[in-house]
Order: sequence, then structure tokens, then C-alpha cells
Amino acid sequence: MVKDALIQAGMNIGWATFIDLLLGVIVAASFGMVWVLLGIWIERKWAGRFQNRIGPNRVGPYGSIQSVADALKLLTKEVIIPRNADRPVYFLAPVLVVASVILIAAVIPFSPVVIGTDLSIGILYVMAVSSIGAIGIMMAGWGSNNKYALLGAFRVVAQLISYEVPTVLSAMIPVMIAGTLSMQGLVHGQHVWFIVSAPVAAVLFFIASQAELGRAPFDLLEAESELVAGFNIEYSGMAFAMFYLAEFMHSFFVAILFSVLFLGGWRGPGAEQIPFLGIVYLFIKSILVYFVSVWLRLTVPRVRIDQLLNLNWKFLVPLAMIYVIFMAFVLKIAPVPDLSGAQAIAAGPYEGVASGIYRLLGPDFVATLPQAGVLLLANVLFVVVAAAVLREVSRRRRMRVEDLVDETDYSGAGGAGGYTPADHSETAAAR
Amino acid sequence: MIPLWMFLVVGAALFAIGVFGVLARRNAIAILMSIELMLNAVNINLVAFWRYLTPETMSGQAFAIFVFVVAVAEAAVGLALIVAIYRRRQSVVAEDMNVLKW
Amino acid sequence: MELTIEVVVFAVFAIITLAGALGVVLARNLFRAALLLLVSLFGVAGLFVLLAAPFLAAVQVLLYMGGIAILIIFGVMLTRGMVQARQVMNSQWDLAAVIALVTFVILMIVIVQVAQGEGAPLPSLPRGDVAADSIAQLGAALVDPAQYVLPFEVASVLLAGALIGAVYIAREDEAE
Repeated sequence: MVKDALIQAGMNIGWATFIDLLLGVIVAASFGMVWVLLGIWIERKWAGRFQNRIGPNRVGPYGSIQSVADALKLLTKEVIIPRNADRPVYFLAPVLVVASVILIAAVIPFSPVVIGTDLSIGILYVMAVSSIGAIGIMMAGWGSNNKYALLGAFRVVAQLISYEVPTVLSAMIPVMIAGTLSMQGLVHGQHVWFIVSAPVAAVLFFIASQAELGRAPFDLLEAESELVAGFNIEYSGMAFAMFYLAEFMHSFFVAILFSVLFLGGWRGPGAEQIPFLGIVYLFIKSILVYFVSVWLRLTVPRVRIDQLLNLNWKFLVPLAMIYVIFMAFVLKIAPVPDLSGAQAIAAGPYEGVASGIYRLLGPDFVATLPQAGVLLLANVLFVVVAAAVLREVSRRRRMRVEDLVDETDYSGAGGAGGYTPADHSETAAAR
Repeated sequence: MIPLWMFLVVGAALFAIGVFGVLARRNAIAILMSIELMLNAVNINLVAFWRYLTPETMSGQAFAIFVFVVAVAEAAVGLALIVAIYRRRQSVVAEDMNVLKW
Repeated sequence: MELTIEVVVFAVFAIITLAGALGVVLARNLFRAALLLLVSLFGVAGLFVLLAAPFLAAVQVLLYMGGIAILIIFGVMLTRGMVQARQVMNSQWDLAAVIALVTFVILMIVIVQVAQGEGAPLPSLPRGDVAADSIAQLGAALVDPAQYVLPFEVASVLLAGALIGAVYIAREDEAE
């Protein structure tokens, strides 16, 4: 609309497109900012319920504009800059972190027509953009000129880089099934939700993306009970608020991303005819996913850094790699079916039960069901085999530990040079 | 549309800057970064030629991907060597690494 | 030449690339040099987008920002004490500048000559459009026995070898 008006006003097509896109960017970016104010309130209410409290209830009805009050408070606070801070780096860091999150909004398909830009590399773009955040955190750690901030930044970056591998690998599975990287294409290819065709990928993606976000149980970057505050220790006022904002927005965008990749995005009854319904569906799905993530966050205790890295490198990454190869073979056996036949039957005259079913449930959905069934079976098989292997591995490890403990002569332990059995078994398990 | 030679000029300038960095910097990590610049200059040229001369095949992009792989391998091994040398000699200045020099 | 949006975008990315690169070779502080390297490589990613290779642009950002830059920054931190050097350039920097300048001039001469040559001058317009499924084509080309499957496999072996070697070299000696 804007573009046409500008072209009619005599502007060059290129520039008109540019301004049109720029407006789109501003709208998409503001969406995140506004949503945050509401979302934080919702999350705090949930947290309150989980912990048998009421949650914010002072400002506005049910405390609903508490976040606005908080934002105003943070805005008016003084921004304290540490002496000898690397100023440009120090100030660019929060900007980069927020930008890396907001840029994701550009490719989220909210409905069949509402999307910032449907890049042909959509999901890869999301991964690339969110990897910029690690640089921002590194800059924050360095720019603060504080050794605790720097150490915190190291921990975060090690975590983010490690968990990027299983995230990308598990996001590959929808790409493989749909045969496209474009976000809109992923939604269109999802006649049966990918959480049905590839549940293992969904679970892997969920775990890995929670760690990418750095929320509990993977919140080692903040770990307020162990570290002072992590990489953002020297940030105050609005600069701190930007990190907070980025974290919150990121966690919600990841929930949206999960819905797009595995829960059919904006798909739902009537979404193609009324685009607004698509936005509603996507939000309902995302809120559900987000609720699960908050639930996890408020229930599970924090893991240790070695557990965190072990979980990734010794479990998630090998599993994801084998899974990608496995799914590639399964997709050769059960390729995406040709939908034109079913569509023709549904569009044609009414003939018997088949066309009735096609019309009732949608021809694409019914025609894809057999493939989804095969994929689901293959996934179940994969889980069974993986569980058997895991059981065997952990049984052996436990036996080795038990052997060691039995060999140990406890009578001599406790002396000056003696070792404790616990020490020994731990090194054996580590090996 | 931008003519091809403008991309080539950017590539050439980037390459020359990289050459200067490799020859003039003392710190080995800075030298490594300059090498990355040179590899990127090559990539600009590869992709530019691909786009303007043979967009129907994928050769240019495929070669650019191989350059990426080499860049990653080089960065990993180079940094590992630098870290190992730093442990031994407490220095990453290229001139201090003179055991093999005569 | 007309001042279209494309030219402006090209100029912006070219300036980002070259200014960042100059920053890398001139910066006193090594950490800032690493950040400027990122800026420069981001500019290169922008040029890739202009060249209708968005896949390469995304890989460039993912690989350099998420991978190589972090690696270099870790390297900078692990060799602490070397971050802020008193002397940035070595004694032969003037000679190096001359060599770099000569390289640039020679490359420019070649470009100008080819651009104005009779045989096959450099085109100012790309030959045809990029296929819509160019990413799928690229993927197929990389595993096509008639095209790049051998270099692809060799590259993967190279990567594996390089990474294992890097871990071995950089590992601290345990026996002490």
C-alpha cells in the first residue's frame, strides 16, 4: 500500500520498496517490544501461581501494568558506567543482543499473508541472526572491565555455542520433510504437524532451544545463587533492561519458532480464508509452548556446568546427528506424497466415502497421513533403540563404578595419603 | 545494477589490506585475522564472477563453501598453535618464534 | 550512474567491509580488532546478498559470527597480556605497505584492462537470473557424483582432521 502510494507520488521503485520494507521492520520490531510488557506480566502471574503466591497485583487491574511501571523505573534509573570500561563496546553490547532477537521477527509467518519477508533461507537466517547474540554477550563481558563479567561471558558463550549444534540439527528435520528453508514453506508443507511426524526432533529442539535461551534449568549465565549476576553484572538502568528485554523476547520468539516448525504455525480451521485467524492460532500455540517452557523453568533445579556440557556433547549432539541420518533414510522410504490426486478427488463431484473424507478433513491432510504414520513409527523405533543403547551404556558405567567401590579397601581410607572412594568412582565415571 | 568491476575492486582492496596485515602485524592472532580477510576477498570474487558469468550452474557458490571450510580449519589449527606457543613462550609475537630461524 | 537504492546499499556494504578491514590491521587493541573483523565480514555478507547468494550470506554470518569470531576472541583471551600491544607493527611495516599497495595496483591494472579489453569484457549486467531453487541446486551439486561430491568429502575429512589436531595441540599437558 505504502509502496504503491510512493510510486504514484513519483518515487523510484527501488526507494519505494526500501521505505515500504523499513516501515515493515519498524512495525515488526515494535510488536516485540509491546508484547514484552504484557508477556512479562503473564509470566510473573504464572510464576506466582506455581510458587503458591499471588504475583504482581498492585499496579492496575490484577497488576497488569506492573511491567509498565517497572520499565519506567528502569528508564529513570541512572546508568552507571564502570571506570576504564571499553565504552563503545560496553554500549554496543546490549544493542547487539536486542537486535539479534528482534531480527528474528522479520521472518516469522504470523498468517498466510502477514510476514515481514519470506526469505528463501528463512530458518537458516533465524539461526544466523541468533548467533550474533553470543558476540553481544562477549562484548558485554569484555567491555565491563570486570573479571566476573568476563568469566560469566565465557560460560554463556560456551553454552550458547555448544547448544547451537543440536538446535540447528533438530531444526533440519522439518526442513528435510518440507523440502524448503523458507518459513512460509515450512508451514505450507505441514499438512500433518511435524510434532507427529518427527516427535524426537521436537523434543530435541525444545531442550536445546531452552539451553540457547539460558533459562532455568540451564540458566548458568545468570545463576543468581552462584555467580553475582553473570556477564551483565556491570549493567544498570536501561542498559540492563535491554538484556532483560532480549532474554524475554527471545524466549517467546523461540516458542513461536517451535510452533512454526512443529505445531503447524498459523494452520488451523479456516486460517487460509481469514488470515487473522492464523495470527490467533499461532498465538495460542506459542503461548502453550511458552507455558511449558515456564513450567519447566519453575520446576526443575539448575544443572551444573559439567552436566550441561556433558548433556550436550555426549547425548544431544550424537543423538541429533544419528537422528538426522536416520530420518534421511526414512524419508527415502516414505517420501512426501503427491497431493494432486487427493485434491482432484476433493474438488471433483461427490463419489462415495473417499471424497467425503477428503472434503471433511482436507485432502492434503488425509493424503499425508500415511507418510506421517510411517514417520511416527520410525520415530518410535528410534526412541526404543536409543533407550536400549542408553540403558546398556549406563548399566556398564554403573557396573564399573560398583566394581571399583568393591575393590577399595575401606580400612585404609581416611589416612593422610588415602583417597576417598567417592573421588575414585567419579573419575572412573568421567572416563 | 552494479557493474561487475565494482565488486572486483572491493575484493582487490580487501585482499591488499589483508596482505598488509599479514606482513606488518606483530601479533600472530592479528596475522590470522588478516588471512581471514584475504580469504573473504577471494570469496567476494568467486561469488561475483558466479553471479555475473555463470548463474545457471552452482560452481561459484560451491567453491565459496569450500573456502569457508578451509577458513574454519585454518582458524582452528592456527589458534590452537598460537595458544600452544603462548603456553611455552608467553608470547604471540611472530618475531619471537625464531627457533627454526638461522 | 544513477543513484538507485542498490548502489547506495552496495556503497554502504563496501565501505563497511573496507573500513572494518582497515580497522583490523591497524587497531591497537586486539579484542577490538576481532570485533572489527566481524564488522568487515558482516559487510561481506551484505555483498553476498546483493549478489543473490543469500544462503552464503547466512552461512557467512553463522560461521564467522558464531564460530570463527568466538574462536578468535577465545584465542585473544587465552593469550592475555598480549591484548594491548605497545608496538602494533613490526619493523618492516613500511615495506609491507609498499607490497600491499603494489598488489592492489597490479590487481586494479588487471581489472581495468579486462574491463576495457576487446575479447570478453566484464559484464555490467548479470547473465540471467538465479534460479528460484538455487539453494536446492547447490545442495544437490555438493553431493552429485558428477560435480562436487569428492571435494565435499575431502573437505569434511579436512575439517575433522583439523579439529582433532587443534584439540590435540591446544590441550594442556596432563602429565605434570
